[in-house]
Amino acid sequence: MGKQLAAVLGTGQTHHTTKRLDVSMAGLCREAIDRAMADADVDWADIDAVVLGKAPDLFEGVMMPELFLADAIGATGKPLLRVHTAGSVGGSTGVVAASLVQGGVHRRVLAVAFEKQSESNAMWALSIHPPFVMPVHAGAGGYFAPHVRSYIRRSGAPEHVGAMVAVKDRRNGARNPYAHLRQPDITLESVQASTMLWDPIRYDETCPSSDGACAVVIGDEATADAMAPRPVAWIHATAMRTEPTMFAGRDQVNPQAGQEAAAALWRQAGVTNPLEQVDAAEIYVPFSWFEPMWLENLGFAPEGQGWKLTEAGETEIGGRLPVNPSGGVLCSNPIGASGLLRFAEAAMQVMDRAGEHQVAGARTALGHAYGGGSQFFAMWLVGAAKQGVPS
Amino acid sequence: MTDVAVVGFAQAPHVRETEGTTNGVEMLVPVFQELFARTGLSKRDIGFWCSGSSDYLAGRAFSFVSAVDAIGAYPPINESHVEADAAWALYEAWVKIQTGEVDTALVYGFGKSSAGQLRRVLALQLDPYLVAPLWPDSVGIAGMQARLGLDSGLWTERDMAEVVARSRAAAVDNPHAQLAGQVEVDDLLTEPYFVDPLRKHDCAPITDGAAAIILAAGEKAREIAARPAWITGFAHRVDTPHIGARDLTTSPSTVAAAKAAGIDGVEVAELHAPFSHQEILLRQALGLGDAVRVNPSGGPLAGNPMFAGGLIRIGEAAGAVMGGAAGRVLAHATSGPALQQNLVCVMEGRE
Repeated sequence: MGKQLAAVLGTGQTHHTTKRLDVSMAGLCREAIDRAMADADVDWADIDAVVLGKAPDLFEGVMMPELFLADAIGATGKPLLRVHTAGSVGGSTGVVAASLVQGGVHRRVLAVAFEKQSESNAMWALSIHPPFVMPVHAGAGGYFAPHVRSYIRRSGAPEHVGAMVAVKDRRNGARNPYAHLRQPDITLESVQASTMLWDPIRYDETCPSSDGACAVVIGDEATADAMAPRPVAWIHATAMRTEPTMFAGRDQVNPQAGQEAAAALWRQAGVTNPLEQVDAAEIYVPFSWFEPMWLENLGFAPEGQGWKLTEAGETEIGGRLPVNPSGGVLCSNPIGASGLLRFAEAAMQVMDRAGEHQVAGARTALGHAYGGGSQFFAMWLVGAAKQGVPS
Repeated sequence: MTDVAVVGFAQAPHVRETEGTTNGVEMLVPVFQELFARTGLSKRDIGFWCSGSSDYLAGRAFSFVSAVDAIGAYPPINESHVEADAAWALYEAWVKIQTGEVDTALVYGFGKSSAGQLRRVLALQLDPYLVAPLWPDSVGIAGMQARLGLDSGLWTERDMAEVVARSRAAAVDNPHAQLAGQVEVDDLLTEPYFVDPLRKHDCAPITDGAAAIILAAGEKAREIAARPAWITGFAHRVDTPHIGARDLTTSPSTVAAAKAAGIDGVEVAELHAPFSHQEILLRQALGLGDAVRVNPSGGPLAGNPMFAGGLIRIGEAAGAVMGGAAGRVLAHATSGPALQQNLVCVMEGRE
């Protein structure tokens, strides 16, 4: 039968914050789901299947929580799939949900991803000591700081580029009513004066720990067409790639798996010049320096040149490629949901529904997520028009 | 829909405990080797990889990440993972093939139950606010289900023992089985209760194990296997988690999945029933007649590696088709407390 067209019909997310003590895990998921279903104008009878994604179960202390959440997420009596691909899982959740429609299996699928870190202790969950594996006692920042140092050394990027990313994303987050951190008054000087956590990553250059959830409703062509004139986000391409955590000769700064995922994405979507053809990008940037690193990995800039786009202000709203107009992971990081938030925010941009952080005239947008030791990649490209249809 | 078939299956021996790390990924290496040798494929031929496993079983976050090492995933691979039995990973891979993006997929599952106390680990699947703090464990919940069926006259303790005796006898021909042999029903009934009304033999053994399946589409499948097991129906459903809100003596999600998959005419059924009474329950829910051979492999009561057990049912059922022993088969997988989530995969041979 071949691949069917699929589109994001609606998106929803929670208010993200350190501890959402006002809701249970079920309530958190449902908050995002209710908003997504209202946005997509669908009811429970319209939903054929549910896909739930989240990062390690130890982050909440519940084994396979989708089982106990089945009623709350509307899955009872329906097919329910649980995805877990480390930090990229939110993105993978979107990709799996899209494939259920693209494969002609279902007409409308609900994807939901969440993390409620306040239920447990993510730092503890990350600090176990399995044999033969490098301990990550210092958390993710300690793991990734050497990659950042290596990037700076290799590219010759000036020191202030990381702080520039933090300023941009936190100011963008101030335009996003759902963002965990909203800091309109942050400055380059204040970021550079913040505490050094994992050299060269300072406190203001790191993501927060958040409770939060995100949901999207994905529909088939007939359903999406029937929504007109309301805009939908057509899914032009999806890609996932994986490589091992460690092997001799591995490039952790510019991983092969990320490069190949991006190449597959652009190929599928018919994109030959990403910087020119993509209008906005929601890229998984948990530490500021990952913006220039991923700009290169994704092919928006040649190797070693990504920081120049950032430094020239081209990744700000109004620049050539606005990156993380929502504020991104630096403003909200409910880990398992963070990837789906990137995917949903990309859809919101091309649907012209991003409100205060809308990129004017965005027709094509990237959603990106990565996980593990920079080894799991998931991404999608969405457009205001069907692929191949002039916009 | 695109025609997709199982073209290869391999599994590790089912054993009480393996050496190695707590996630047990070491078990996968020989399984992959056997699967590639059997199909004549290499990892370069695989379009999509998908696995099923559990962090809680391994007692550590990101346990599946190490499995990527068992593949030797470089150059990078197109890959995904479900936190569920690998039967659901097989479903995700089947969907991926339906998109037309790939025409082959390798699906694997692994579980090392010996790394922890399985009964207590599985209790963490329950509602963490209201139920799990009471620590009703997986055997206790299954015991309640068995009791409800006994009291409703749906099965007897002798019926349950007969399932055990038949499973152990069938497993004699299964070189991977953990428990096999001739046992008398009357002898089983003299055993003491473990969790009343369950005796130890009514419960699947604690097993370490792993398994893998290769799927291929259309012509590709015919190139790889002489007699592929074509998937004609594949569906899964989940029931409410609230034990008190469910009729535990039947399985609405299994019935709905079977209806969607279309199970008429199956000759063999591999049922993922970790407790003897659940096999009877599933036979009743599926309406399987006496002519249907159930669990000729010995089934879960002969060995039940968590997170691979459902995939193994599909592999064993496919094997019956590929080997010519059956024309049309059903495989079932389950997940969650007291058969909460269920999957049905129907396969057939074609001349």
